[in-house]
Amino acid sequence: MGIIGLVAGLCNGLFGSGGGIIVVPAMTYLLGVKEHDAHATAISVILPLSLVSVFVYFKSNYFDWSMVWKVGLGGVIGAGIGAWLLPRIPVKMLCKIFAGFMIIAGLRMIF
Amino acid sequence: MLLFFIGLISGIVSGMGMGGGTILIPALIFFANTPQHLAQSINLSVFFPTAIIALCIHTKNKHVRYKLAFKIIIAGIIGAFVGSRIAVSMSTLALRKLFGVFILAMGIYEMFRKPKNNRLKNGQ
Repeated sequence: MGIIGLVAGLCNGLFGSGGGIIVVPAMTYLLGVKEHDAHATAISVILPLSLVSVFVYFKSNYFDWSMVWKVGLGGVIGAGIGAWLLPRIPVKMLCKIFAGFMIIAGLRMIF
Repeated sequence: MLLFFIGLISGIVSGMGMGGGTILIPALIFFANTPQHLAQSINLSVFFPTAIIALCIHTKNKHVRYKLAFKIIIAGIIGAFVGSRIAVSMSTLALRKLFGVFILAMGIYEMFRKPKNNRLKNGQ
């Protein structure tokens, strides 16, 4: 469990995202936690880790409050819409589209 | 308005169980010209309000296993500190390339992974 936490914290701090991508599968496959419980528990894990990371970024002056609240407001409303939309849309197809977006973005960032 | 819209889209996507951050960070960089470090710190920050709301709902429904979470968090805090120290010590270009490798890998994983339908039935 220590290793799961360490790796998740490292990724979450280094990339500013992706803690959940590590914690959720680690809990379901390695610890046998139910999928839904794993998702819920992952949030409680990532929350304090993000707090630590934001503090480090903030200390290095990588923080912009005026951007955070605009993006954050959109994020909260979006999460609400997403929860409502989820049972009504072809999630599988959308995930593939966003996966394509991630692949293109990744390639553009590397080269 | 652009920033609000980017937040909105990533918020919607985050509900689909594929981490809003992997969409939000590149969107901020390509569409709003945000520097890499700042985009990452914004993603970490905007996670809090949604996460707290989600956590309250999950706690009420008894889905959060706090004892297990606590054990993971202890080592996690060390990792979080070290990881973000590495990030802030890197140049914008180096971090951008490293992040590119990361989301490329995540994108490929997402593209070929078998979707789990039970998540939808649970009605998250």
